[in-house]
Amino acid sequence: MSQKDSFVKFEKVDKSYDGEILVVKDLNLDVPKGEFLTMLGPSGSGKTTVLMMLAGFETPTSGEIYLDGNPISSIPPNKRGIGMVFQNYALFPHMTVKENLAFPLEVRKMEKSEIDEKVGNALAMVELQDFGNRMPLQLSGGQQQRVALARSLVFEPRLVLMDEPLGALDKNLREQMQYEIKHIHEKIGITVVYVTHDQSEALTMSNRIAVFNDGKIQQISSPDILYEKPNSSFVAQFIGENNQLKGKVKSINGENCIVTTESGDDIHALKINVNNNGDGSLISLRPERVAINSSENFENNFDAKVKELIYLGDHIRSRVEVCGNDQFIVKIPNSYKEANLKEGSTVKLSWKAADSRALDLN
Amino acid sequence: MNQSQESTGPILTTDGIPLKVSLKKAERINKIRAFLLVLPLLAFILITFLVPIGDMLARSVDDRQINTVFPKTFEVYKKWDRQGLPSEEVYKTIFFELKNSEGYAVGKASTRMNYSKSGWKSLLKKSKRKFKKIEEGPYKEQMIAIDKKWGDPEYWLAIGQMVDPTTMGYYLNAVDLKYDSSKNIVQQKENRRIYNKTWIKTFKVSLLVTLFCLLLGYPISYLLATLPMKYSNLLMICVLLPFWTSLLVRTVAWMVMLQQKGVLNNLLVMSNLLADENRFQLMYNQTAVVIVMTQILLPFMVLPLYSVMKTISPTYMRAALNLGASPMHAFYKIYMPNSVPGVSAGCLLVFIIAIGYYITPELVGGKDGQMVGNWIAYHLKTTLNWGLCASLGAILLAMMTVLYWAYNKIVGIENIKLG
Repeated sequence: MSQKDSFVKFEKVDKSYDGEILVVKDLNLDVPKGEFLTMLGPSGSGKTTVLMMLAGFETPTSGEIYLDGNPISSIPPNKRGIGMVFQNYALFPHMTVKENLAFPLEVRKMEKSEIDEKVGNALAMVELQDFGNRMPLQLSGGQQQRVALARSLVFEPRLVLMDEPLGALDKNLREQMQYEIKHIHEKIGITVVYVTHDQSEALTMSNRIAVFNDGKIQQISSPDILYEKPNSSFVAQFIGENNQLKGKVKSINGENCIVTTESGDDIHALKINVNNNGDGSLISLRPERVAINSSENFENNFDAKVKELIYLGDHIRSRVEVCGNDQFIVKIPNSYKEANLKEGSTVKLSWKAADSRALDLN
Repeated sequence: MNQSQESTGPILTTDGIPLKVSLKKAERINKIRAFLLVLPLLAFILITFLVPIGDMLARSVDDRQINTVFPKTFEVYKKWDRQGLPSEEVYKTIFFELKNSEGYAVGKASTRMNYSKSGWKSLLKKSKRKFKKIEEGPYKEQMIAIDKKWGDPEYWLAIGQMVDPTTMGYYLNAVDLKYDSSKNIVQQKENRRIYNKTWIKTFKVSLLVTLFCLLLGYPISYLLATLPMKYSNLLMICVLLPFWTSLLVRTVAWMVMLQQKGVLNNLLVMSNLLADENRFQLMYNQTAVVIVMTQILLPFMVLPLYSVMKTISPTYMRAALNLGASPMHAFYKIYMPNSVPGVSAGCLLVFIIAIGYYITPELVGGKDGQMVGNWIAYHLKTTLNWGLCASLGAILLAMMTVLYWAYNKIVGIENIKLG
């Protein structure tokens, strides 16, 4: 990625609060203009700190952040022109919705008529035209969320940051808002840096996802690659449902390798980040990539014992014991007629070597 | 089922009792229990607070103590046309009532009569002694012979103020007015006008104390509310420390600090900032009262401010900065409006406490620093003029009520937050 492409650039950024622990370690990150980038990670992984450094509420301990090619570490937050949606919206409780939206315009000394027009447009964008004179506390959580979104966009910032903005909403509303935010992003083409710990939210909305753990980006790529080709066992575990089989590398053959589990089964897998024979490895395998009693010819074929069946409508979730792991999950589509399973019965499981990824043992 | 939905009558419970009746019945037992729980406190407040206030209000207008000593005199007095001197009948009645009365009752009555016209007290005392020698009438001339005040119409007219069982005299007195002998309201003599000055002084001191408490308390409260817990706890202890020290000890400490040969003046002189002969007069005046009361009442400002500021989320300020406001602008537009409930609660609390303050002005105020509370105490203990005490207190109460009402109109009482 050339310098020109990177609208936001983190260069060797470290951050420590107490001088003992680094919460962000050697962060290098480029965000091109117009991208929706999500920082995903468990709490304490440093993703919010990165966002706060970008907004200007925290200063990097070392390294530099560039916005549109200019270093911004010495610019105070009110001069950065970056919009932000806060976790609990931070709508000013003593101002009406309109006054909240007008606030960033008033501090920029805009004309009254221009302010009215922009506030009107912003309210129309989030479909709250009739709520302009309400106080924030008279609105539902979803409406407050939309006002916060409108307020972060009304002064046409170059960049919008969102800090778990949907965390306080219930599930249905959250999904609805995900689409709304996604559509607004597509419509106005603004650059968004979004922080969440909810992987489905990240997968729904983002162009790219940066998975954070322990102050570092573990993997940064598009949602499909992240899900299908995780390059570490942390990412595989964190994104989506995942079966893990623990073993030692028996042999490596170019792109592929064979891992022997503790139960003595040899599994053919893709070599991702194991290097030497004898290394410990976790094999990651998505549940939907496992076939039951299939007649096709896959590299891996094992007998498994059905431990538990859970009916979930569109699919049946079955927990089986295979290769010494009794937490192995297989998703069987409800239309799959042959899978007339009973708890305690033995079935044949098979999967491709290309779907099983031999990852590090963490 | 269908039928009951169609009927327009009251909604019934399953057993056919109207829902509202049933609900009331179900809640009655809870209401009784709740009432019993608050009953002791209610009784306590009634006995120790509401009854005394009622008694005080009654005392401020009560004028019967004299009527009980000279009831017959007042009956015949009422017939007098207030021209010249009263008739022989009036003299005769007061003669017998005075002669046959108990000594202490006369004492009380004469105190009251002295408020209307000074001189009555000595006249009654002297007369009661001499009346023993008078055996028979006519009494008028003999009484005037004992003391010529009996022949002065001014004294007789002054009694007219006391005929009614109620009087506004104490209230008039409390604002430097009085009745003249023909019951017109006039100003007190120049050298007896003390209360209006005291009222103005009391307001001035209370307002200054409130203002200084706000100026000193606001930044501290802000710091308390925004500092990390381990520092803010320490700071809070420093704020509350004065609470753990006796009021008297603190006041006396201030006396040591502020007097002319005190710590502050000595330090200034020692550091050559002040010439020895120009030492500040900081003690036994209004300045002392304001300084000491500000220190004593500061926690009453800090606590409500702090409790409100604690609820103002720091993300509001962050959001305001993020939206482009300068730190000053964000503070003024976002933080301050949200702290108004605390400011108003603190100011009202400090002002109410300050306006009735007694001990500090008494100890450090000197002659110049006396407030209304000190006059109340003075009349209560020294002159025993309880009617005047009551009227001063009632005016204080009325002022607070008006203030409270105005506050409610302007800010709204629901905006107050004490914790």
